[in-house]
Amino acid sequence: MILLELFWEFFKIGAFTFGGGYAMMPMIEDAVHAKAWITDAELINFIAVSESTPGPFAINMATYIGTSQAGWLGAIAATLGVVLPSFIIILIVARCYEAFKKNRIVKGCMSGLKPAVIGLIGATVISIGMTVFFAGGFDPAVFTSTAFYGSLVIFALGTVLAFKKVHPILIICLAAVLGIVAGYALNLPIAG
Amino acid sequence: MPSTDSVRPSLPKRLLALFTTFFRIGAFTFGGGLAMLPLIQREAVEKHHWISDDDILEIVAIAESTPGPIAVNSATFIGWRVAGVLGSACATLGVILPSFLIISVIARVLAEFSSLKPVQYAFYGIRAGVLALILKSFVTMFKKCPRRAIAYSIAAAAFVAAALFDVNVLIIIPACAVVGLISSLVGKEASEK
Repeated sequence: MILLELFWEFFKIGAFTFGGGYAMMPMIEDAVHAKAWITDAELINFIAVSESTPGPFAINMATYIGTSQAGWLGAIAATLGVVLPSFIIILIVARCYEAFKKNRIVKGCMSGLKPAVIGLIGATVISIGMTVFFAGGFDPAVFTSTAFYGSLVIFALGTVLAFKKVHPILIICLAAVLGIVAGYALNLPIAG
Repeated sequence: MPSTDSVRPSLPKRLLALFTTFFRIGAFTFGGGLAMLPLIQREAVEKHHWISDDDILEIVAIAESTPGPIAVNSATFIGWRVAGVLGSACATLGVILPSFLIISVIARVLAEFSSLKPVQYAFYGIRAGVLALILKSFVTMFKKCPRRAIAYSIAAAAFVAAALFDVNVLIIIPACAVVGLISSLVGKEASEK
């Protein structure tokens, strides 16, 4: 039952993601791989869409994957799933948040979770890098392809701009224009 | 406008105000997460006097130590303060509805146009740009890592487990929480001696 699967996968994502945003990428990747919902390239494309539209990343992601799998109902099931854990947990915490804040166990767990999220985002950089540069699997022939060097130039330029604090939406727009120019100029093959 | 400090509006009015306020917050925040805090501060503290500036700091602390998106955490929390569980429901529905509607439309448009050549080329470039954005976000977060050997070790272990050994995140997250808990309890005992 696809609706139940969407709900449950996104419920887990909502329940185990601390720090929000990109911190949930590794779990979304896991779920998408296990269920073969969308391809890695589609997932990265959608990160760009999510950056350029308002609202929280988690909700955007759940609505997108839900819609792609089962239309409106799928979007509702996935979004409800990703929201419900926070909703329930905050309702509990709101009643006793003085105690929660000072709790040694909560503080101790957080001291492990914060660095864990950093490590997981590092792993996301690697897995997205693999998809961007070696979409067809790691193969020495990649290093002679124009597509590889095109990606490398756009990535390098994007990194410089990102560290100069240029707005993400501007970087995405620029990358799109460069992608179109490079695509036609180098007559790149269209990947699936 | 009546003085909201002395007379509390009726429940339906509060629920409607929560919904519309959080709908606006959801519709005008790009990038999500902490990016919406200034807007929450302006609407919930300065305009509606639902919470105080100190509460905002509390909400950040709580949102960071509970799972899920910060937008949903803060909407649920503020909603509960203003009008109980119903308030939480209205605020949360408000904050997620704009994304939900916009993305439902975009998902259909993408499916329609994604096979066109220029669109494919655009996304070819965009994917490289997204990699740059995530790298930037990783470096920013890494700089905020507590400068202690145990924190760096946990980050490195989580990275290796996920990137090299493809360990499920559902195992990595609880394991790191337990390691953090043990190390903080042991550290506390050592400092008390």
